[in-house]
Amino acid sequence: MSKREFKVWRGDAQGGKFIDYPVDVQEGMVVLDAIHQIQSQQAPDLACRWNCKAAKCGSCSAEVNGKPRLMCKTRLDSLPEDQPVTVHPMRAFPIMRDLVTDVSWNYKVNKKIPPFTPKKDTQWLMKQEDVDRVQEFRKCIECFLCQNVCHVLREHDKKEQFAGPRFFVRIASLEMHPLDSLDRIPLLKKEAGLGLCNITKCCTEVCPEEIHITDNAIIPMKERVVDRYYDPVQIVIRKLTGKDKK
Amino acid sequence: MVIIGAGGAGLRAAIECSAAGLKTALVCKSLLGKAHTVMAEGGIAAALANVDNQDGWTTHFQDTLFGGKYLNNWRMAEFHAKESPDRVRELEQWGAVFDRTPEGKILQRAFGGHTYKRLAHVGDRTGLELIRTLQDKGIHQGIDVYMECTISQLLKDGDRVCGAFGYWRETGKFVIFKAKSIILATGGLGRCFKITSNSWEGTGDGHALGYQAGAQLLDMEFVQFHPTGMVWPPGVMGLLVTEAVRGEGGILRNSRGERFMEKYDPKRMELSTRDVVARSIYTEVKEGRGSPHGGCFLDISHRGAEYVKKKLPSMYHQFKELADVDITTGPMEVGPTCHYAMGGLKVDAATGATRVPGLFAAGECSGGMHGANRLGGNSLSDLLVFGYRAGVGAAEYAKSAPSPRLDEAQIAAAANEMTGYFGRENAENPYQLHLDIQNTMQNLVGIFREDKDLATAIGKLEEYKERYQRVGIMDGNRMFNPGWHLCRDLKNMLICSEAIARAAQLRKESRGAHSRLDYPGYDDYWSDHNLLSEDQGGRMNVQPCAVVKAQDLQPLVDERKAKEKK
Repeated sequence: MSKREFKVWRGDAQGGKFIDYPVDVQEGMVVLDAIHQIQSQQAPDLACRWNCKAAKCGSCSAEVNGKPRLMCKTRLDSLPEDQPVTVHPMRAFPIMRDLVTDVSWNYKVNKKIPPFTPKKDTQWLMKQEDVDRVQEFRKCIECFLCQNVCHVLREHDKKEQFAGPRFFVRIASLEMHPLDSLDRIPLLKKEAGLGLCNITKCCTEVCPEEIHITDNAIIPMKERVVDRYYDPVQIVIRKLTGKDKK
Repeated sequence: MVIIGAGGAGLRAAIECSAAGLKTALVCKSLLGKAHTVMAEGGIAAALANVDNQDGWTTHFQDTLFGGKYLNNWRMAEFHAKESPDRVRELEQWGAVFDRTPEGKILQRAFGGHTYKRLAHVGDRTGLELIRTLQDKGIHQGIDVYMECTISQLLKDGDRVCGAFGYWRETGKFVIFKAKSIILATGGLGRCFKITSNSWEGTGDGHALGYQAGAQLLDMEFVQFHPTGMVWPPGVMGLLVTEAVRGEGGILRNSRGERFMEKYDPKRMELSTRDVVARSIYTEVKEGRGSPHGGCFLDISHRGAEYVKKKLPSMYHQFKELADVDITTGPMEVGPTCHYAMGGLKVDAATGATRVPGLFAAGECSGGMHGANRLGGNSLSDLLVFGYRAGVGAAEYAKSAPSPRLDEAQIAAAANEMTGYFGRENAENPYQLHLDIQNTMQNLVGIFREDKDLATAIGKLEEYKERYQRVGIMDGNRMFNPGWHLCRDLKNMLICSEAIARAAQLRKESRGAHSRLDYPGYDDYWSDHNLLSEDQGGRMNVQPCAVVKAQDLQPLVDERKAKEKK
């Protein structure tokens, strides 16, 4: 059995550092297996979140060798063998302890999004092709890796003005639902701060569910905001008819 | 109102309690939306009759009882079959987006033990859809969610429950919830076994909390081994491979290329009930016809790459990324994995009430609905139907219940228990003790059981209970300390393991998920009896009780039994 050197960040809100742990490597092992081995044999108090171990719950997000990943999906044989594996908590959120960060802000943002609200007298018939896109968005496992890499949140920490890619996907899933009746375009423009996104696609790159966050959610939502607020023809029509849709 | 557990059952119950106007707290060990419900993949069983129009509640009821080998609580199976279509439609009205039929209705797929195509689904991520829908419904309804909080003790005022004691995982600080009624919805106990599809949370908390508070455990000998878990690589051993693979036409073969289900259940083949398929795979492996890593082959590649990726996307990714196997071009290797506890707290069918006043249970931690074996797809529907019912029942109770009075002595004892794990000299390592429990349960109380193994297991569990008294943690403090948390979880797992092993020893027959090498056939006495475990002055007492039948449902049962005889 071969050994691999791990450098795992340990600490809390006050600070911390990488600690070295040797790990016995088994075939097909993932980073989360290594963390569990460290817990059971070397550091029983090593804090980390995990649940399903199958990339379905989005709990074990961390930065492995500097890249935002799900630990349960990152195989050791995909990482360079000649250097230690570093595991660091997500950087866009406040640290609680070791690999665990405070992601509660995300739950607060979600609560501000008006829920699915069906039209009156809905017949509850939908064509598969009309829901394919919504289903893509609903694959999201809320690992918050997209939030973690988004410059607006990570570098500029604009959590007060910006909902982040996860919630653009969520809003898009509601806006594109064939039977939903609400209008969330003003929310996108104002409180959710969609305009701050400059479509660098970092979110799409890290999505473990391979949701096309930028192309399929953010850009169409940006188009709807533009149509509503910046389309000169629409502005004229609104002026003439006196119908200002907010 | 306090609801412990935020999977499907807990969320559904919380929605109902808060709709009834009660101040509702939902307490969960993980973040909201991460509960094990997300691992339910294949679908929700409900006789909507969108695809097979002959389907109806009576057939669903009969399938459920046949699958459970008639040990189910008949009334629960009736409520479940009758009400699941409404619960599914309600989910759609709350925003769930199921796969569609060509006419635009909810699509349904075939599944083991279901006569008709019955499972409403979203690809192979139905559980995620369910939990996300309930989560978004719940948070807008004024439920107070307390995340990453573990309950370690139910508090009582005389006979009835009056609150819950726990700790915040983040800070290790203690917290007390005062409540007129409590619903346990903590899910399963799969972590008692070595090879399991369950996450760290499945430590039987509700089973054990309820048992310690005076409720009874029912059917604990029935632990479902899902036939298809991953067997390789070692790190993912036990990880679930959805039954939807077989529902979509997947074929099981042994190392000789034989479609071995022809031998064990020629009528239903791969879509036989889970107990039968799990035993069949186990037998093939035991008799030397297994795959290289000790499982068998499951092949869906004949359905074509595009179809497989569309209907089973997460299976495709799971195998591709974790095992380097492309399931669109070749077979996957699978073997049985501990998946689900049919056993749980004995509850009233209509309200989910346990025998402890104010204490209710729903979902996997309750018992009776599934009898000796659960059908695939009947779990998500169970969560919805009985989550709803327990919510209504507990809210009703709370409205007329007197104000809870907390007892300081109980609180002090609960706090002492938690702090006691620190600073023990020569403390037992909780991870090692956990591993020993898992190995014992896996090897001696697994798919096939016999008296001498069960006796050995019970003896070992007694030793583990001794060792548990010395378990402790030397490192770290109370802040987010998994080793400390595991210390307390071990107590729950020991209670559950003991109940499983003792009930398994007493049931001297083979039925459903319980297979005895020394008693391979059915037994007449046991065809009418469940086993109940209860605490008697610190000792576990297990004894038989009659199955809950119902006169009005007898004709349906007789009809099905006659059909099976043919």
